[in-house]
Amino acid sequence: MTTQHSTAPAIRVRKLGKRFKDLVALDDVDFEVPPGSVFGLLGPNGAGKTTAIRILTTIIQPTSGRAEVLGTDVVAHPGAVRRMIGLAGQYAAVDPNLTARENLRLIGRLTQLPRGRRSPRAADLLARFDLTRAADRPVRTFSGGMRRRLDVAAALVPEPPVLFLDEPTTGLDPQSRTALWELIRELVADGTTVLLTTQYLEEADRLAHRVAVLAEGRVVADDTPHALKARLGTTVLELGMGEDPRAVRAAALIADKLQHASERDGALLRLPSPDGSLLLMDVLHALESEQLTPRTIAVRESSLDDVYLALTGHRTSGGPK
Amino acid sequence: MTAVTVTDLAPAPGLSGRLLAPVRDGLAVCGRNLIALRRVPRLLIFSTVQPVVFVLLFRYVFGGVVGAALHGVSYVDYLMPGVFVQVVVFGAVNTAIGLATDLQTGLMERFRSLPMARSAVLSGRTAADLVRNVFVVALISGVGFLVGFRVHSDVWGFLAGALLVVAFGFAMSWVFAVVGLAVGDPETATAAAFPVLAPLVFASSAFVPTSTMPGWLQVFANHQPVTITANAVRALMLGTPVGSQVWQALAWDVGIVAAFAPLGVWLYRRAV
Repeated sequence: MTTQHSTAPAIRVRKLGKRFKDLVALDDVDFEVPPGSVFGLLGPNGAGKTTAIRILTTIIQPTSGRAEVLGTDVVAHPGAVRRMIGLAGQYAAVDPNLTARENLRLIGRLTQLPRGRRSPRAADLLARFDLTRAADRPVRTFSGGMRRRLDVAAALVPEPPVLFLDEPTTGLDPQSRTALWELIRELVADGTTVLLTTQYLEEADRLAHRVAVLAEGRVVADDTPHALKARLGTTVLELGMGEDPRAVRAAALIADKLQHASERDGALLRLPSPDGSLLLMDVLHALESEQLTPRTIAVRESSLDDVYLALTGHRTSGGPK
Repeated sequence: MTAVTVTDLAPAPGLSGRLLAPVRDGLAVCGRNLIALRRVPRLLIFSTVQPVVFVLLFRYVFGGVVGAALHGVSYVDYLMPGVFVQVVVFGAVNTAIGLATDLQTGLMERFRSLPMARSAVLSGRTAADLVRNVFVVALISGVGFLVGFRVHSDVWGFLAGALLVVAFGFAMSWVFAVVGLAVGDPETATAAAFPVLAPLVFASSAFVPTSTMPGWLQVFANHQPVTITANAVRALMLGTPVGSQVWQALAWDVGIVAAFAPLGVWLYRRAV
């Protein structure tokens, strides 16, 4: 076995830029992923997540900057990088005409797994991804969820120390999603480094040790999920004011009387705070004087969605396509 | 910076590995493509039905007219070498379709992230299409023999002719590997192929002698690879003097592969 320097990052990205003609897909992106951790790249479609993964997996080359996997430059030594990584892309990249088992054995062969280890490895992965019963059926008969599971399994065939998962749970049912999360945790416990992209804040929140939020090719935040949430306060008070003008007046009143900023989304006011329940008492008291009784009230823990909204000005779901 | 060294994680390729890798990985991809061919038989059936129809139609529709102008060679004997060449030329479109499909399904992305030879996806595809051509040529020969085709040289002449046909098909596959990667989707590849292939196949000696074509067309027809290959195959199978035709045909094959294989690999590296 090798000794891993705890200080050496598994993935290091410095001033990474990628241009497609007039489109700037990545703009001076920096991040580092320590070995044995899960790093989440979070953002809506078009934010640059897939571009970053494609560069790190040697599929495309950056326009500027550097990217390293386990200390190896992806542009200078793509062959060496390919021997250390596994990739499960956004599309289930498996051969529909081969069976699940044949697909995994093919990947084993193409990753130079010794002949005798290909079949046992395939059988092991099929079992882990609950595909044993369908193992010898052509993949074109598979459901979308089964294909995606096989796609992730294919990425794991060579037991890569660094794993890239591009929106791994898109299209998975909740049960499969939970199972995949569990599997990712097991891999990380065994020392694998995982970089995953997701549009699901819950996923990044549950899995990632650290999250970089991408918006239009730039990193707008890079922190632990906990710190990101703490930045805004750990709770959010939501007031449904019924009509927009009432919400506008309420926001002005709260700002004036309580010196508390709120975000308005139509008739809905959102007030991040360290203690939402306490704030609620003050807010209700303030609003009462102007007969601005909220129609609905909710105090909840702030999610990464709130963070995303605060950082980029739009929500992730229904974000720009 | 100390990091996990690459050599500890996976065997880095030595010199022998680097020389063997293209063959090893090409065979793996070829095997994968052949499985698809076996499992989706319609791919094979559709590429054989059309030439069978051509054999029957040309044999019985044009046989009388063209046969009269052939000075002693029966039309079916003239036709079959031409059909062989036509089959592999049109069959080369499958190479474009296969690669474009792999691009669309994202399989190409996966291959590009694997530590495999850069040429393997293309060589594996063209090799599988070569195997398919062997099968199709054998089948069409059978149909030809049923409708009166006879080899006038010997079995070696026939096999040498068949080899030349398959070699030409292999060269055309590389042309269409480039087409498939360049256009990126199977429908466009198919649509783009016909206007190029039809003149190549019909303005040639594949189905009729070029001597009755207008002069300007003869200039093209007599010097293009379909004619040269068809004439060479015909000479080998009918036992007429071969001359330098076989060498000319092989020169075309080598030239086409030398031009299009590097172009294909270059496109594959860049394809997204």
